[in-house]
Amino acid sequence: MGEMEQMKKEAEALKTQIEAARKAACDTDMASAASGVAPAPRVQLKTRRTLKGHLAKIYAMHWSTDNKLMVSASQDGKLLIWDSHSGNKVNAVPLKSSWVMTCAYAPSGNLVASGGLDNMCTVYNLKTPVIKTVKELDAHTGYLSCARFLSDTEILTSSGDTTCALWDLETGKQKTVFLNHVGDCMCLALSPDMNSFVSGACDSLAKLWDIRDGQCKQTFQGHTSDINAISFYPSGNAIITGSDDCTCKMYDLRADQEVIGYQDAALNSGVTSLALSVSGRLVFAGYDDFNCNIWDSLKGEKVGVLSGHDNRVSCTGVPVDGMCVCTGSWDSFLKIWN
Amino acid sequence: MPVINVEDLTDLDKAKMEVTQLKLEVKLERAQVSKCCEEISEYIQSGADEDPLVKGIPEEKNPFKEKGGCVIC
Repeated sequence: MGEMEQMKKEAEALKTQIEAARKAACDTDMASAASGVAPAPRVQLKTRRTLKGHLAKIYAMHWSTDNKLMVSASQDGKLLIWDSHSGNKVNAVPLKSSWVMTCAYAPSGNLVASGGLDNMCTVYNLKTPVIKTVKELDAHTGYLSCARFLSDTEILTSSGDTTCALWDLETGKQKTVFLNHVGDCMCLALSPDMNSFVSGACDSLAKLWDIRDGQCKQTFQGHTSDINAISFYPSGNAIITGSDDCTCKMYDLRADQEVIGYQDAALNSGVTSLALSVSGRLVFAGYDDFNCNIWDSLKGEKVGVLSGHDNRVSCTGVPVDGMCVCTGSWDSFLKIWN
Repeated sequence: MPVINVEDLTDLDKAKMEVTQLKLEVKLERAQVSKCCEEISEYIQSGADEDPLVKGIPEEKNPFKEKGGCVIC
């Protein structure tokens, strides 16, 4: 038997063992476990702000930890920093490459980052008299799909080259490369304790990584297409994913498996983005069909919808204080709802 | 850390990587789903009362309340 055949056989045997172990732990599901919980009330949110300013599709947005400022990225070649309370633009950052796919706000509020088809993550300092590029992080061999700052000195990226990477912002070099996915990495999310992160990829898998030792600790199956969005639950013990297969799923890290899915036979558009309300009770999921559906995370039922965009909802975000949800769209607008 | 050139990985390399990873994951201790769901459910419920998007925000406390008068966009 060739080595390849041997590897395949070994892999199948191990997968069968893992499935059996998961099944043994699977004595119920979330909907059943939460059957005694009162359903979340119907959620009817109003558009409080429509932020107009981008001239092309918006691909990403990220809240600052101050709950007021946010950054958005559009293929008009700009990052815009908004004051969400007034609706005013505070800053505009022209991008060298307009093919942007992600943006991020550092927890300190001092830096923002962007990246996309240029395969680079560019970091900007917002606090210098004129906004300056402080680093161009250049080592990925595929597009930059997502970036998240750990601090002003470290940033995590995910890439179409199937890897994620932890960068040192002082040297501009990769400290750690996270390699295990076999499809483009599309999204990442940091754990609340910042010791680990999860990634979602076009191989339909989500993976949990230890930031410091670089190891993949767990792999979550179930989706049947690209995972475009991923987030941790506030407790840090569960994650939620959104996929081109039109569903979202909650995976529990300690049970190492899916515990509930969020889907509807009538929904046949892919999930592009998601965000959780501050308690984790509500899931805001953006879809290709121009809507953002609101799910009760414990019951698996749809409890509301945010309609108002004239094109795909590409990004969603809830600030740290949970006071609103922001949606960004290919229609070039951002909307703030509560 | 050495630069990994992903494009140099052969199918065999990827297959070996998968087996190595599966050998790690097969050893995981898995908690019962019922216990996990109970904990998640309790955690979420304990926060839901203070969750502005679940319980609603009184108009006067809403930083995004509609602005009166003319708005220039």
